[in-house]
Amino acid sequence: MKFGRIAWQGAIHEVTPGSDAKVRLADGREIAEGQFTWLPPVEVGTVFALGLNYADHAKELAFKAPETPLVFLKGPNAITGHKAFSRRPADATYMHYECELAVVIGKTGYRIAKEDAMDHVAGYSVANDYAIRDYLENYYRPNLRVKNRDACTPLGPWLVTRDEIADPMKLALSTRVNGKTTQQGTTADMIFDIPTLIAYLSSFMTLNPGDVILTGTPEGLADVKAGDVVETEIEGVGCLINTIVDDQTWSATA
Amino acid sequence: MEAHKPAVSGAVYGVILNDRDSLGRMGAALADAPYKGVPKAPVLYIKPAGTVVGSGAVVSLPAGESAVEVGATLGIVFGQGAARLAPEAVPAAIAGYVVVADLSLPHVSYYRPAIREKCFDGACPVGSRVVPAAEVGDLASISLRTYVDGSLVHTRSLADLVRDVPTLVADVSEFMTLRRGDTLLVGVTWQAAQARTGSRVRVEADRVGSVEFEIAAGEGAA
Repeated sequence: MKFGRIAWQGAIHEVTPGSDAKVRLADGREIAEGQFTWLPPVEVGTVFALGLNYADHAKELAFKAPETPLVFLKGPNAITGHKAFSRRPADATYMHYECELAVVIGKTGYRIAKEDAMDHVAGYSVANDYAIRDYLENYYRPNLRVKNRDACTPLGPWLVTRDEIADPMKLALSTRVNGKTTQQGTTADMIFDIPTLIAYLSSFMTLNPGDVILTGTPEGLADVKAGDVVETEIEGVGCLINTIVDDQTWSATA
Repeated sequence: MEAHKPAVSGAVYGVILNDRDSLGRMGAALADAPYKGVPKAPVLYIKPAGTVVGSGAVVSLPAGESAVEVGATLGIVFGQGAARLAPEAVPAAIAGYVVVADLSLPHVSYYRPAIREKCFDGACPVGSRVVPAAEVGDLASISLRTYVDGSLVHTRSLADLVRDVPTLVADVSEFMTLRRGDTLLVGVTWQAAQARTGSRVRVEADRVGSVEFEIAAGEGAA
């Protein structure tokens, strides 16, 4: 199954895909795109993100692959939905997207064994983990100013339940900027796979339903500018669309 | 110990290297690799929901660990959302302050995010009351004291903050919204006093209150 969340007519609705790119409400009515606002498909709890979790990307950034997962966290401010806007500040010279498989936890667990880890997965979504490299500093790197900016981590459009994805470690990822493909990879190239990440994180903290693990990105990063339309897509999971805006647009009053 | 509810339930963010004492003690290391310069922006981290426990909690350490650093600090609790605030607008967004013991497994390097070290379950004991800002008054006159098994092991003053509260909140809220009910810690000391498993810890702050907890070994701990 695929589930989305939208805001429509003053309420939040869980929806499923309808006909002709519409979404279907619980009562069967179908609503067309443009009539509603996409929300992140889950109300997120703790959001983890992985750095340097693809060998090719680590090489691209001139780092050797880490020996333990390089994990950082995001606050609720960072997460935004499908078809939302993300801000590129005027002083930034390099803001790049990162297409990532998002793993949504569905069952509480602490010290989860690798072989039991997939039982704790509710499903998957697509994340775009934008970074503004100008703000990188060498303290708790990548720091929050780079990675926890308001609405700079789009998530969605769908939560795809675990049973729909036969092998999450064999999915094609791609990013298009204004229709042109700029990033291509496969989840097969992850350094630490999903069971390893779940076992590692739960070795010191309890994972709960709604927690999300963004599993890192392959090579193929590129600068994005205000006005760019960025599509991050994962085979079988979905295509997440986001538009970059400048400070004036971001701060404009309606 | 009697168990209390933590006074806050929103997101909790922390900052390191926000006191002159810590910067001074790190000294020349800040200029060397891997840091290559003093931090420009606030160095932030997140204490996820599972870390927040109330006074009276028993905090079990991850397997193999036997000591924690006790980062005595105050949390700024927001009474309204704070986004892109100028320093002079910050006081109106603050509901009050709460005493916090920001626990970390000892780590010598600040280069990579310290997730295992700072985010284990129970790693953020929080006091039971948010004290209104008006009652707290000037932070510069507040001292924090850490006791382990009744002995005073550390005292710090909040007079040496690198960024005072209005400046810190302004700098953070430039890029991330602090929501009503969220907490931003004002900073912890580099290599704060440690407490070992089996010990009882109390952190108290002038005019804000105290938080107490016990450190226990985790299952399978060394």
